[in-house]
Amino acid sequence: MLKVLQRILMVMPLITSVSCDIPSQLEPVQTQIIFVLAAASLTEPFSELGRQFEAQNPNTKVEFSFAGSQQLAQQLGQGAPGDVFASASQKYLDAAVQANRVAKDKAQIFAKNRLVVIYPKDNPAGLEDLQGLAKPGLKLILAAKEVPVGEYSLDFLDKASDDPAFSPMFKATVLKNVVSFEENVKAVYTKIALGEADAGIVWISDITPDGAGQVGSLDIPEALNLIAAYPIAAISDSKHPDLARAFIDLVMSPAGQQVLQKYHFISAFP
Amino acid sequence: MENGDRLRIQLESAPRLYQASSRSFQFWKILALPLLLFIAIPLVALFAHVSITDLMKNLNQRQVIEAISLSLVTSFTATFITLIFGTPVAYLLAQRHSRTHRLVDTLIDLPLVLPPSVAGVALLMAFGRNGMIGGWLSAVGIEIPFTMTAVIMAQVFIASPFYVKAASIGFASIDPELKQAASLDGAGNWRIFREIDLPLSRMALLSGSVMTWARALGEFGATIIFAGNFPGRTQTMPLAIYMGFEIDMEVALTLSVILIGLSFLTLIIVKGILHRRIEADLEFRST
Repeated sequence: MLKVLQRILMVMPLITSVSCDIPSQLEPVQTQIIFVLAAASLTEPFSELGRQFEAQNPNTKVEFSFAGSQQLAQQLGQGAPGDVFASASQKYLDAAVQANRVAKDKAQIFAKNRLVVIYPKDNPAGLEDLQGLAKPGLKLILAAKEVPVGEYSLDFLDKASDDPAFSPMFKATVLKNVVSFEENVKAVYTKIALGEADAGIVWISDITPDGAGQVGSLDIPEALNLIAAYPIAAISDSKHPDLARAFIDLVMSPAGQQVLQKYHFISAFP
Repeated sequence: MENGDRLRIQLESAPRLYQASSRSFQFWKILALPLLLFIAIPLVALFAHVSITDLMKNLNQRQVIEAISLSLVTSFTATFITLIFGTPVAYLLAQRHSRTHRLVDTLIDLPLVLPPSVAGVALLMAFGRNGMIGGWLSAVGIEIPFTMTAVIMAQVFIASPFYVKAASIGFASIDPELKQAASLDGAGNWRIFREIDLPLSRMALLSGSVMTWARALGEFGATIIFAGNFPGRTQTMPLAIYMGFEIDMEVALTLSVILIGLSFLTLIIVKGILHRRIEADLEFRST
């Protein structure tokens, strides 16, 4: 019930943004607002890109809803208004296509991301390598399997279990150490930064320049890692298709890619 | 007798007053309709989405059973703990003239107005691994976050004020002369409490505990932050609804229907049976 209420509250700004359209048709100088639904992991780079976009386009305002991609796809499916959708996985962009909110084959990959293991900076469990995730008694936090990063974390455990450097029981042992499946990747990061658990798996882009001092990290080698491709698309019933297009163009531009790289995303154009 | 007479006169004149203003009553009925419908329609819509056969089928899912049993165990434990530790607080609150009254009263009101997510963060700061008390506990090997204990603590934090408030009203409504008389006859504190306070305020205590139980059952915000989400260990019904909403709408709907049913039942018990008994008690005492 509470969650449903929260959702209603989340849609309120959308309603106000729609009502702003009416005067904008009468008076072309009115501020236009575009609404971008973006994966929680995009919070920092997209906020920065939003400011750039507003500076380049006077009288426009970019508003964001950052949440788990699965949650945004669900909201789009229920008819939530918006102009641009940026997902952390193709799966949830496809869900938006299924719901007829995004035109088929219109999505573009704009960034890539990879997994990393993080631990609190004082490393309470003495984690030194990935094998250490299977240590008895270690407290591990993962994102729920419905969240893209959670799904990829399980894939990593599968791959590692098949690797001779790990025990075939690696996945099963590691899963025994899980104390919580969080609802979005930022919650995993925050709880590790607070030192409430010994390790977590997040995107490398979640270790922001600000937060780099709070956590330590263990790289996951490329052979075991999953490179997630982030698709972006204009929402087909957008009230501002031109602005939506312009925002996507900014994200794809060299300047946009540079901002994404600053937050450890891998450029879509190597 | 005097009080009783006055009450009877009031009751007899009441219908006549209503008749005189029945037109204005109609007017208010129409104005009240939008909000009443606004609250009723989503609840009805939820029920309309779930058929009995689906409900029965989903009830057999492991995740649903785990969430329901965890919710029942934790909410009953939280209520029990509230009864033990909340009763002395309620007793203290009932002494209106004490100097600490306002302080205690405000403290007890705080969880009622705080967003539960704030409560969750606060609990982490206090009882988390690096928390004020939690740091010290983890040094001796006790770690609270992500356990069933954390779920119960979140529920007690959020839900105990309902019992404390109701119980203190119950205690305060007892005639102090009764207790003075008992005290003159040589009854000790404990005996006065057991033989006067407890029986005379039993309905208030009972309805307070039912409200606390219902609130504990619905606790979400503090739980997901302080206890995390792990099926069978910390995933209570509201958490399962939240996680289920995104993937398995069926689970979310089934659990929502069960929770609404339980809340409805709780309110009927509290309002219907208990309040009538309390009113009857008060009337009995005033005559």
